[in-house]
Amino acid sequence: MKREIPILITLITGIFMVVTFFIPHWPFGDMEQRALIWFSIVSGFAMVLGIDSLLAPHFKNIIRRRAGWFHSALLIFGFTATLIAGLQSGLVRHSILAGDGWFMWVYLYIIVPLQGTMFSLLAFFIASAAYRAFRARTIVATLLLVSAVLVMLGRVPIGEALWSRFPDIQGWIMAIPQTAARRGIMIGIYLGAAATALRIILGIEKPYLN
Amino acid sequence: MKIIQLLEGLGKVDRRIIFLLVFLAVLIPMFVSKTGQIRPEEPVKQAYAAVDRLKPGDVLMVSIDYDATSEPELKPMLEAILYQAFQKNLKVVMTGQLALGLPLGQISLDKVVNDLKEKHGIVKEYGVDYINLGYRPGYVSVILAIGREIRDLFQSDYQSKPINQFPIMEKIHNYDDIGLILVLAHGATIDTWVQYANGRFGVKIIAGLTAISAPDAYVYLNAGQLSGLIGGLAGAAQYETLVGVPGGGTRGMPAQSWSHILIIILVIIGNAGYFITKYLGGK
Repeated sequence: MKREIPILITLITGIFMVVTFFIPHWPFGDMEQRALIWFSIVSGFAMVLGIDSLLAPHFKNIIRRRAGWFHSALLIFGFTATLIAGLQSGLVRHSILAGDGWFMWVYLYIIVPLQGTMFSLLAFFIASAAYRAFRARTIVATLLLVSAVLVMLGRVPIGEALWSRFPDIQGWIMAIPQTAARRGIMIGIYLGAAATALRIILGIEKPYLN
Repeated sequence: MKIIQLLEGLGKVDRRIIFLLVFLAVLIPMFVSKTGQIRPEEPVKQAYAAVDRLKPGDVLMVSIDYDATSEPELKPMLEAILYQAFQKNLKVVMTGQLALGLPLGQISLDKVVNDLKEKHGIVKEYGVDYINLGYRPGYVSVILAIGREIRDLFQSDYQSKPINQFPIMEKIHNYDDIGLILVLAHGATIDTWVQYANGRFGVKIIAGLTAISAPDAYVYLNAGQLSGLIGGLAGAAQYETLVGVPGGGTRGMPAQSWSHILIIILVIIGNAGYFITKYLGGK
């Protein structure tokens, strides 16, 4: 029964959601809306699991004085401080986004600069990787390289200043060959996703039982 | 012998030198370089036209599906479109699928509303002309649930005030009451918006995506499932040109132009070094 009941719940829920998607009329429409609200609430609770997954290993690191435990302590301090800032904004200022709340200070002066800095480092690594790895070793690699150069030139004003046709060539590469390849990949992905969904609904694959 | 060593060295430039060159290629043009001519491409013109076709009083829903990592690319798009929307007297309803993105959306809303008031004397009021509904978890379910009744998930705005107290929400219940959706995303949420909001409910969507995500969306654009597409900082600059409010996108073009040129030069040098080494190794 420990296996059969979850498989049965999955089967009924899966078929129910497919039916309600295609028949939005009463009573299915109302039932679907109810299920969507439940889904949103359950997603909110997933955050609690996320917090547990984040904090538990770091508490263990501190208790067992593992190498780098200080970083774990810093993470827990950051988490607690942000939580307090969020509570202050929500309870005292009545909005998490209140301009004079503590959370917006943490957000604007710590979270945003940290995220921006991390992402901006990509520019340096992309340039270095392009220099080292972008080699015209084969015909296919050469095609990719030439396309990339044309797109890069066509995307910026300096490309148009060099030759007025670069933006047109860039537009053609993006709209025709790039889209054709992407469409093929996406059709493959979604056929695979549909097949996997069907296998899960029918109980052939049971990842939720592991 | 020295020349051969030098030519072979073309493929072995220290990465710290590359980092320094990238830094300079981004920094110097910000101060000394001219932007150059910005010619809007077709997908950006389509996005502009989709907003332009809306009538005064129509609702533009804006979904902030990005956070600070993509703010430099997507914020200029948001602000240019908000300028256009408010000047056309559209109603703006903001929401988002990323909790950390909503504050950025609100900051841009406040900035554009203040700018319009100070520079053009156009006054926009919260709850009457625009509203921020905040974030709700479970994004597929959120996008689907709005199709039936927005209040089933959004009973209050981002300040926890009941949305029924705001005049703007009086006639907004589901996608039938929304003229256009603007999705500003740095991830896969655009797929979900197209597949459910457009595919099932038929609402028109335009997308503003990071340069790395934009190629994925051409599939939808070519199929008519997207009414317009703005890609990356270049797309933002093109949209700003169309609206006539140069901002972060336009300012970023010199730096992007020269960093693209630098990467192309590095690729050419790298390949020259590779072929010289291969040629000499084969001899």
